[in-house]
Amino acid sequence: MSHWIAAPLVLPLCVGALQLLLERHGPRVQRGVGLLAVAALLAINLHLLQLADGAGSLSYLVGNWPAEFGIALTLDRLSAALLCLCALLALICLLYASAGGDRGGAHFHALFQFQLLGLNGAFLTGDLFNLFVWFEVLLIASYGLLLHGAPRATLKAGMHYVVLNLVGSALFLVALALLFGVLGTLNMAHMATRIAELPASDVRLVHTAGWMLIVVFALKAAILPLSLWLPATYSQAPAAIAALFAIMTKVGVYAILRTQSLLFGSGSEGLQGFAGTLLASAGAIAVVVAGLGALAASTLKRLCAYLVLGSAASLVMLFALNQVQATAAALLYLLHSTLAAALLFLLADLCARARGSAGDSLRLTAAMAWPQRLGVLCFLAMMLLAALPPWSGFLAKLAMLQALLAVPGQGGLAAALLLGGALNLLALMRAFSHLCWNRPEGEVRQTVEIRRREWGAVYALLALLVLLSVAVAPTARFGETTARAIHAATDSIPILLAPPEKARPEIAK
Amino acid sequence: MEGLISLAIGLLMGAGLWLCLRARSFDVVLGLTLVSYAVNLMIFAMGRLRVGQPPIIDPARPADLQHYVDPLPQALVLTAIVISFAMSALLLVLALKTRSEHGSDHVDGEEPAP
Repeated sequence: MSHWIAAPLVLPLCVGALQLLLERHGPRVQRGVGLLAVAALLAINLHLLQLADGAGSLSYLVGNWPAEFGIALTLDRLSAALLCLCALLALICLLYASAGGDRGGAHFHALFQFQLLGLNGAFLTGDLFNLFVWFEVLLIASYGLLLHGAPRATLKAGMHYVVLNLVGSALFLVALALLFGVLGTLNMAHMATRIAELPASDVRLVHTAGWMLIVVFALKAAILPLSLWLPATYSQAPAAIAALFAIMTKVGVYAILRTQSLLFGSGSEGLQGFAGTLLASAGAIAVVVAGLGALAASTLKRLCAYLVLGSAASLVMLFALNQVQATAAALLYLLHSTLAAALLFLLADLCARARGSAGDSLRLTAAMAWPQRLGVLCFLAMMLLAALPPWSGFLAKLAMLQALLAVPGQGGLAAALLLGGALNLLALMRAFSHLCWNRPEGEVRQTVEIRRREWGAVYALLALLVLLSVAVAPTARFGETTARAIHAATDSIPILLAPPEKARPEIAK
Repeated sequence: MEGLISLAIGLLMGAGLWLCLRARSFDVVLGLTLVSYAVNLMIFAMGRLRVGQPPIIDPARPADLQHYVDPLPQALVLTAIVISFAMSALLLVLALKTRSEHGSDHVDGEEPAP
């Protein structure tokens, strides 16, 4: 039992509290501490990835309580990979925000750490009620970050976001209560064993609760028809925060994948993969609608929000197929699309500032400042997001299509993926021509300042994406191993429910 | 007793959802509060309804399930109460801020066109 598994929770928690104390010492100290902490978090998460890749599944019993009674943390390849992605993204977003975006309101750095705490917790937990708690932690932090120095339009979007998520949380609790009432446990591995031996009279109750969970997670992952909040919210968030939020929809997707593979995996008769068909079709429709939304978007940020929607929807569609190949392809696409969407969110902010009063609205105006540099960056980012060759996104999309076509009768899903991709490409081409192919005789604004750190963050993200494209073969292999493990999730139950290595000392009577 | 509790949960949930669907932020806040009451009651009831049974082990009582009530839902409901309370407070602040910024307590921040 490696204690490092708890470190991604302990570190942001302590640093978040510390950041509150450091507020008196000004932003420089806070930025330094924050960046150092996230870098340390990244190092820890990379170690965990190595650990998970060697061992497969690991369980950490908090307080050394047996898994059935205490709160267990679960580390496997999937959660370790997402932890690393999250820390990488956070490091870049924090670097970008530390150029000045963090001064819009109070407590930015503390909220940022708590956001990371919630994200890490959601990826690590092996307990369904604990998942609810981490969802709340990450949501509370995200409310704070979203409304950080908020202008008026953000308040409205924020209100909708908060209310919707509160209703979602209530539904989550109802589902949890139902599951606990029937199964008598909340540890996911233990629940899976109980579901496998469920008496026929209780199947319907668990089925109902399972659907409620799907609705809650689909709300977080923003799958149609529960996605209408996302474009307004994400396009209003400050750039660095919107870029970090690119991973938030993936938390919902992760939760769907986790519960479907473990709770309702092999062995649970009558319940196995009950949501597959509907999720696949909902995902397919959502991919196309997100493409239409991207085409109709009036600002670059909104366009990017629709692309986030489309990528989450295609992930859900692929995961719902319940095929190893499909899951492996989707995992690769998850990495790629999260980083690429974050890149475009950051670039949208830079473009908006370089264009002055026109902002990031997609209409023709005078040339923006730094036309070559921003133009090339936008071109590359849009190429990445449209999944064009030679980048990893193209290979991931190709693998997704192959996986879809390999399953008989799923031609419709493949067609939806292609149509969504074509719509995204059109929307991105339109956006690019409006932003960068503008009349050169217009006045060029050089009055705005873009700090070196902001360029650095954008370059770092681009470098990561290039690295992912170069290292696509090992990543895809890792994805395939992960996918295999996900589809055999019920095999890891004995490890997850293993008794503590050391017995608890008897409490003195 | 089961019937009464289910009726109470259903009534609270129904009233809460109805209020949530209204266009005024005050109604929505009230609605969400009612929904959270319903949810808390439901979690509590999921440990099965028993009268006069303690959740904590008492040496004087025989150690079997007939003499105790499940303590876990009580712990869960405590967590849920704390979280929903904090969320309600946050939502109230947000509603007040929206009200003062926009001059309207419509959830969209502006009165709909007549």
